[in-house]
Amino acid sequence: MAVTGILLALFLIAHMLGNLKVFTGETSFDHYAHWLRDIGKPLLPGVWFLWILRAVLVVAVVAHIVSATVLARRARAARPVRYAHRKKINGSYAARTMRWGGVIILLFVIYHLLDLTTGTLNPVGNESKPYGNVVADFAPERWYVTLFYTLAIVTVGFHLRHGAFSAFRSLGQQTPRGERTARTAALIFAVLLCAGYLVVPFAVLTGLVS
Amino acid sequence: MNLTLRIWRQKGPEDKGRMVTYPVDDVSPDMSFLEMLDVLNERLILAGEDPVAFDHDCREGICGMCGLMINGDAHGPQRGTTACQLHMRQFTDGETIDIEPWRASAFPVVKDLVVNRSAFDKIIAAGGYITAPTGSAPEAHSTPVAKANADAAFESAACIGCGACVAACPNGSGMLFTAAKLTQLSLLPQGQPERYTRVIGMVDAHDEAGFGGCTNAGECTPACPKGIPLNTIGRLNRDYLAATAKGAGNTPGS
Amino acid sequence: MELFTEGDPIADTKAPAGPVEKRWETRRFEAKLVNPANRRKLTVIVVGTGLAGGSAAATLAEQGYHVKSYCYQDSPRRAHSIAAQGGINAAKNYRNDGDSVHRLFYDTVKGGDFRSRESNVHRLAEVSVNIIDQCVAQGVPFAREYGGLLDTRSFGGAQVQRTFYARGQTGQQLLLGAYQALERQIGLGNVEMNARHEMLELVVIDGKARGIVVRDLVTGEISTEMADAVVLASGGYGNVFYLSTNAKGCNVTATWRAHRKGAYFANPCYTQIHPTCIPVSGDHQSKLTLMSESLRNDGRVWVPKTKGDDRSPKDIGEDERDYYLERIYPSFGNLVPRDIASRAAKNVCDEGRGVGPTKLGVYLDFADAIDRLGRKAIEAKYGNLFEMYERITGEDPYEVPMRIYPAVHYTMGGLWVDYDLQSTIPGLFVIGEANFSDHGANRLGASALMQGLADGYFVLPTTIANYLASGPLDTVDASHPAAVEARTDVEDRIQRLLAVNGDRTVDSFHRELGQIMWEHCGMERSEAGLRKAIGEIRDLREQFWQRVKVSGTGEELNQSLEKAGRVADFFELAELMCIDALHREESCGGHFRAEHQTPDGEAQRDDDRFAYVAAWEFTATGEPSVLHKEDLKFEYVHPTQRSYK
Repeated sequence: MAVTGILLALFLIAHMLGNLKVFTGETSFDHYAHWLRDIGKPLLPGVWFLWILRAVLVVAVVAHIVSATVLARRARAARPVRYAHRKKINGSYAARTMRWGGVIILLFVIYHLLDLTTGTLNPVGNESKPYGNVVADFAPERWYVTLFYTLAIVTVGFHLRHGAFSAFRSLGQQTPRGERTARTAALIFAVLLCAGYLVVPFAVLTGLVS
Repeated sequence: MNLTLRIWRQKGPEDKGRMVTYPVDDVSPDMSFLEMLDVLNERLILAGEDPVAFDHDCREGICGMCGLMINGDAHGPQRGTTACQLHMRQFTDGETIDIEPWRASAFPVVKDLVVNRSAFDKIIAAGGYITAPTGSAPEAHSTPVAKANADAAFESAACIGCGACVAACPNGSGMLFTAAKLTQLSLLPQGQPERYTRVIGMVDAHDEAGFGGCTNAGECTPACPKGIPLNTIGRLNRDYLAATAKGAGNTPGS
Repeated sequence: MELFTEGDPIADTKAPAGPVEKRWETRRFEAKLVNPANRRKLTVIVVGTGLAGGSAAATLAEQGYHVKSYCYQDSPRRAHSIAAQGGINAAKNYRNDGDSVHRLFYDTVKGGDFRSRESNVHRLAEVSVNIIDQCVAQGVPFAREYGGLLDTRSFGGAQVQRTFYARGQTGQQLLLGAYQALERQIGLGNVEMNARHEMLELVVIDGKARGIVVRDLVTGEISTEMADAVVLASGGYGNVFYLSTNAKGCNVTATWRAHRKGAYFANPCYTQIHPTCIPVSGDHQSKLTLMSESLRNDGRVWVPKTKGDDRSPKDIGEDERDYYLERIYPSFGNLVPRDIASRAAKNVCDEGRGVGPTKLGVYLDFADAIDRLGRKAIEAKYGNLFEMYERITGEDPYEVPMRIYPAVHYTMGGLWVDYDLQSTIPGLFVIGEANFSDHGANRLGASALMQGLADGYFVLPTTIANYLASGPLDTVDASHPAAVEARTDVEDRIQRLLAVNGDRTVDSFHRELGQIMWEHCGMERSEAGLRKAIGEIRDLREQFWQRVKVSGTGEELNQSLEKAGRVADFFELAELMCIDALHREESCGGHFRAEHQTPDGEAQRDDDRFAYVAAWEFTATGEPSVLHKEDLKFEYVHPTQRSYK
């Protein structure tokens, strides 16, 4: 979980930085998007790098989900009879929403791919004009898309807050002081990432980007 | 105080079990929780009913035998307190209290609130020791131990093996128990020779016993009557990673 | 009817002659050995998994014997040794403060008020140093100094710092060390562990202990387990008082059943009463909790000067308080030994000056210490104890003085054993608190852990080999008539208990028995009181067998049945304790007879008449026991009167 989670989190950082290019203007953003397809040239022909990256991400996602499923099934087998009096949460809320949060994120990712990668669900859906796709996506009249996107990103934030801390722990973080640092770092990371992702749709919504 | 208890009753391992409601009157706030159950049981016996079976022994918070899920909290609402040290002044007159056994497939119910925790013994038998047959010990002062390490080892060694960590864990994991013993032994110079075979042996025994996996949810430490710190699990993970990297699982004696 | 008859004297024939410091070495050399190849064929049963039983089972298994271990708890780790707080003594002399094996020997004999055997105590002191080495090697996290070496502290009854400790949980840490060694042997298949099993009878064949009858507490199944030797490590019998610091399950059944089969019971009346326990809060009380003796280092003990003073302690002025320990014992003050502090508390409460709702309590006041050292310092020293007190009583000891009262804590008496720790039944060995051997009439603090581990790790594994080497014993199995009879006895007894179906619970009888014992065979005993108690115990025992109500059946987990069997044995033991206390017309250690005190109220020993171990032989239920005296000779430590004024 920790290793695949870290891979995915690294991708999220890169993806967020890419998103922020939207503020540098249409040409720059579109240029960036096209460049993504060409990384590795001339060593690798065409869009090979992108496909390699996609393959790694798919493997990471699948492995992440498989591990999560194994853990969830073990947890269910470990407690066949539930408590009649439901326990209140003494640890963190984020930790207790990892599984449902993960499912929500997966659904969002599917939608997101159909929306902005294949363009199937995008009102514009022009592969060569990503900037236009984004602006059209978060247009004020499509507020429900922004709302869904926001909810999904907040879920990702929660997921990362516990996920990042948990990854440190799983990889051997072992001192009480380090634990405090890891928790704080995870929180800051989650908040920054959320902010980085949310600033784009809200910029479109408020007309800052058009 | 007058209370309403809803207690899990289960005749034996095969019985399905159910919650049964019992009113208990004239409870003194100075009673311990188990003394309150004693009062109920005395009444049940005289009425010709089967008293509620529950585990307890020292009643001073150290033997680890008692363990009740009280209103969804392992050992009840007071932190750092076993059920036997919990007193009725923590509750209010007229309250309804739910009492359930630890729930874990590795801790099958024996009867009512009594569960079988021998899985913990198996984890210890799989490596939770330092091999030092009687008579073979060197002079005690031949190996100094830094005070900080000795103190940290003690902190983990304070575990009473009650199983509250498992009961509270959303995954039904026994990782805090396992990590507490591993941390104690891996912090001491005497524990180094078996450090990596120990972690593999104990974690394997933990998994075989049917405990769930740890997801660092952090529910165990707040439930632990001895406050075993969560970071012990990090030490376990680190040792486990190092051990698997070294292939310690293949070492004879693991 | 006579209460007892006197039989032939008894003597320990196993301790070699010669200088006391050579005896253990001599005995080890003279003891026969068992060939390693033959050990696997020999089975040893060990009952109890505390410090003594756990360490013995692990060590015997390491040596190659086939061991079967039994405990009534759900895991061997829960034996009541786990609750010991203070520490463990050892004559390491790491402090260079003049300690030595001889000094530990001397202190222990003197602390026992000259009622223990010199040979045994000297061996205990010798072995003490090996125990520390052994425990450190096992990873027991003892307290350490900044240099990484072991820390020690002082404890009652000694002027040197020889007590090793692991915060206030020394017993727990030592027990877990032994438990882990035991689990290792279980994992290796050398020990067959039977948790939640209770021994209910001893099987004696041709005069030798050959097995036990046990009940599986989960299924109720009765089985007969055979062996070449049986070791009892089943602890003390303080629960005869109902309220004690013992765990709820602690009982005398294993040793009492062995006593009924021929093992002599020695000095049953020697009971240690600990002065600093949290007082009883009401009729619901099921157990008493000890507050570490170390509190008396900074707390001052007092009661109001006038009887029945119901004011809050805050309103009682300095001149209206009686700091009675400081008044009566100016040189030791609040730090007098356990027996003296306990009796003084009882006396002031008997005068009507006790405090708290039940009037059975005295104040232990930290106000002066908090003023002098600051709250922070007191918190650092005693924080966890203060928290525990508040949890139990709901009172904040930083603001309101603590209330304390004495409680039964340890029993020095137990089955009689010789130097080899063998009882009067060949093949039956008794170790730890279950035997009578090392503490005389009073045990010093931090010596119980030492004795349990000395017996289990070092003494028994050597001496039992001598017995086993004298074999081979006849091959017997559970179908032997004596084994069948023992099993039938157990089954009949269970049926009898279940059949009464009366109108009183087991606990109500136990509580009443405890009150009789506490009143008449507790801190102060008198002839009239003991005679009265014997009569009351007999009446109550009869009532028990006519009126007790045990619910459920024998074929299931039945905690009320378990208790009933234990209480039935406590009734018989209680009577013997009173008879022993009655016959011992002197005061010594934990046994204080009102008729035998110095003019200023201190214990008056009578060495001319009573310098012996009273070993009691069982005859038949309700029939007088036979007293066998073992004379005690003091060649090295000469008896003196203890004084703490």
